[in-house]
Amino acid sequence: MSEHASTVVDEHAAPGPEHGHVTNTGVSNEKMAMWAFLGSECLLFGALISTYFLYRGRSVVPPYPKDIYNIPYTSVSSFVLLMSSLTMVLALAAIQRGDHRRFRLWILATALLGSSFIAGQVYEFTSFIREGLTIKTNLFGSSFFVLTGFHGVHVTLGIVMLLSLWSLSIRGKLPQEKSEVVEIAGLYWHFVDVVWIILFTVVYLIPSPTHGYVH
Amino acid sequence: MATVLEPTTIEATPVPREPALMRRPKATTGFWGWVTTVDHKKIGILYGVTAFIFFLVGGSEALLIRLQLAQPNGTILSADAYNQVFTMHGTTMIFLVVMPITTAFFNYLIPLMIGARDVAFPRLNAFSYWTFLCGALFINSSFVLGGAPNGGWFGYAPNTSITFSPGHNIDFWVFGLQILGIASTVGSINFIITILNMRAPGMTLMKMPIFIWMALVTSFLMMFAMPIITVALFLLMFDRLFGANFFNPAAGGDPLLWQHLFWLFGHPEVYILILPAMGMVSEILPVFSRKPLFGYPVMVISGVAIGFMGWGVWVHHMFATGLGPVAVSAFSISTMFIAVPTGVKIFNWIGTMWGGSIKFTTAMLFAVGFVAMFTIGGLSGVTHAVSPHDRQQTDTYYVVAHFHYVLFGGALFGIMGGTYYWYPKVFGRLLDEGLGKIHFWLWFIGFNLTFGPMHLIGLQGMPRRIYTYDKALGVGWLNMMSTIGAFIIMVSVLVFLYNALVVTRRQPVGAPNDPWDGRTLEWTLPSPVPDYNFLEVPVVHSLDDFWHQKYTEDDSGRLVKLSVSEAPPSDIDPHSIHLPSPSYFPLVAATGLPIMAYGMTYRVWLVAIFGAVWLLGGLYAWALEPSAEPHDPDDDHGPADAAELVGATAPALGAGPGPDAEPAEPTATDATPSQEGE
Repeated sequence: MSEHASTVVDEHAAPGPEHGHVTNTGVSNEKMAMWAFLGSECLLFGALISTYFLYRGRSVVPPYPKDIYNIPYTSVSSFVLLMSSLTMVLALAAIQRGDHRRFRLWILATALLGSSFIAGQVYEFTSFIREGLTIKTNLFGSSFFVLTGFHGVHVTLGIVMLLSLWSLSIRGKLPQEKSEVVEIAGLYWHFVDVVWIILFTVVYLIPSPTHGYVH
Repeated sequence: MATVLEPTTIEATPVPREPALMRRPKATTGFWGWVTTVDHKKIGILYGVTAFIFFLVGGSEALLIRLQLAQPNGTILSADAYNQVFTMHGTTMIFLVVMPITTAFFNYLIPLMIGARDVAFPRLNAFSYWTFLCGALFINSSFVLGGAPNGGWFGYAPNTSITFSPGHNIDFWVFGLQILGIASTVGSINFIITILNMRAPGMTLMKMPIFIWMALVTSFLMMFAMPIITVALFLLMFDRLFGANFFNPAAGGDPLLWQHLFWLFGHPEVYILILPAMGMVSEILPVFSRKPLFGYPVMVISGVAIGFMGWGVWVHHMFATGLGPVAVSAFSISTMFIAVPTGVKIFNWIGTMWGGSIKFTTAMLFAVGFVAMFTIGGLSGVTHAVSPHDRQQTDTYYVVAHFHYVLFGGALFGIMGGTYYWYPKVFGRLLDEGLGKIHFWLWFIGFNLTFGPMHLIGLQGMPRRIYTYDKALGVGWLNMMSTIGAFIIMVSVLVFLYNALVVTRRQPVGAPNDPWDGRTLEWTLPSPVPDYNFLEVPVVHSLDDFWHQKYTEDDSGRLVKLSVSEAPPSDIDPHSIHLPSPSYFPLVAATGLPIMAYGMTYRVWLVAIFGAVWLLGGLYAWALEPSAEPHDPDDDHGPADAAELVGATAPALGAGPGPDAEPAEPTATDATPSQEGE
């Protein structure tokens, strides 16, 4: 082990070209993997959104979207989620300049805004169910709950990610040099936000052409 | 900053604050060496061996089908058993054989061909393998748990709904494919990043071996196609488990949605299966023709074109569903159009061999066989692009003949050629050429005898997916021929097994580095390849760099062998090359998935939740486990890996300030005692 050890130290002194984050593209492997993953996610959400579109106005029994949506309420919770992208940017800027206290503040704020959105979604789901719309009721129920619920799961995982970063930072395990981790988590977070903009438009704002015509 | 000394002392005195659970395993040989490995070569071998075992399983299912159909009104299988067997034959051969075998080649060869020491994310790579294995075992466990999937590999709705398929058969299929989809997606992202980011100095994209190009295109297809079947299966899961209406016509649900989603995945999937084999053949033909690949840039562009156009032809699987003349015409045209880049490739393969000094090794025989058989399969594919013709052939054995000519005559021929070609590099022994040629000819004859007659059987009107047929159809003797052919294939596979497991193992390990006079970087390495791959990372100057190191041309264009100057022994000590440390957690995390799947299949929600928690715990432990060597940039770290990143790289970034001494003004929390232990 000792000769191994000494060479490791040598190598440390003069790292070879394959060491360090030298990549062909100049983008780190981790960041590029997140971009690739998000590319894959586009198809995932794309297929679900297409499904929602296909089934718009094809439910054969009520309740239909216009009976049940509370657009002002959802607009507020959308606004909350969009603001979380702003705090995410502030968190990244903070850690990039080494301000760990503000980083923790903003990352917690991001998680909190995300959680408010999720709480809002839980409330919305329960009120819809109370008003008689479940996943079993009609095509609208099936496609609405699956699409928005799928997005909600993404936001929830994002919150877990943010809280993990916060807890690492508290324990001093997230130095300025590693701010790219925050940037990568931010990519995911912004992606989930952008998807919500599309979902809010498609699901809530664009009125269904016809309600309840029998196909 | 005691951490700076960690590399020197990590084995003797583990970092005191790390619990024993978090210590990274050290075994590199034996059982634990394989279980905890993150070495792309070992993972490649695991993938290949596992997939070959499933090839024997899927092959046995094929033989059962052929026995049942050998004569009219066969009685070997019941209708239900037949449904299970043909469903599992298709599912196995696609998801558990061809995809993982090509993944095995990708794993083993991508880093070697691009001059890298490993893939971009070694632990993620191990996770892909274990996830694949878990999914494969899960879906096959259905045979002993009340019945295998029986809805066809395409699982058409609403036949797969709970109304028409009330048993757990389809649940095994749904959750099994979801797990396999995770393995493929994760693996594809890993390969894409490896190819784009980790090429040796000088290897620009257009100097990459053609196999690497095909691996890149295939990985992109996988990355974008798997999510679509994931959504389809997801919707089906909600229908089956929670009473959603996606594929319930009574509630307005549209069964065609399933077909669109499935084939929007399914057609790119066809290219996922065939492009890697095309890449292998494109490596083999030049070597044994002693000529460069004819039209390398055109081959690259054709491969990329197939990758793009593969997304625009899926409706040709649905010509009989009544989509109307506009849709059918458009997809007829696009389907004919995709034959163009494919045809270009075929002409280029012929051009590669034209005028070459061809050497018919077994690998070459399989490669030439590929070109011929794939051409037949491609031509019958073009007949399907003609929609009136296709309407006649839909759901007959003509279709079965067609796709076996591309998947067996294409993908499996290419894979077998690749196996003979790269076997010495992987195992250090050359497969016996005599037995190899017997294997090839039996395989070739058996294949044509099995699937050739199916064209006629189909044209005579015999429907596929039906467990028996009547004597009056007059196709009994053709079916018997087909069955005999299937058993000839079986014999050829036994010859291969005898070759690999008995004859070849009698010789000592010690194949030459470059047994075929190859052109690509892997042939510069010893056989079998040492753990660290390249002692010194190579510098690449041209396409087929290794060939140009060995040969040049004189004024009249004749090859001149350069005097091989033995490279001076490198002064790099192999022990100094840092390799990523083995890890338990890819396996631990992967096992959470089948636990979830069993919980969902049997609707025992607590088990499903336990599996999810297990998976999450495995991922956290993975993210938080220390790097065995603290300056470890080769190791993989995902976005949640911050702790490892910090533990791993902070000392290497400078012996001075650690994580707790940023240039920014220190704040109260930054100086908490919790950091003293670092």
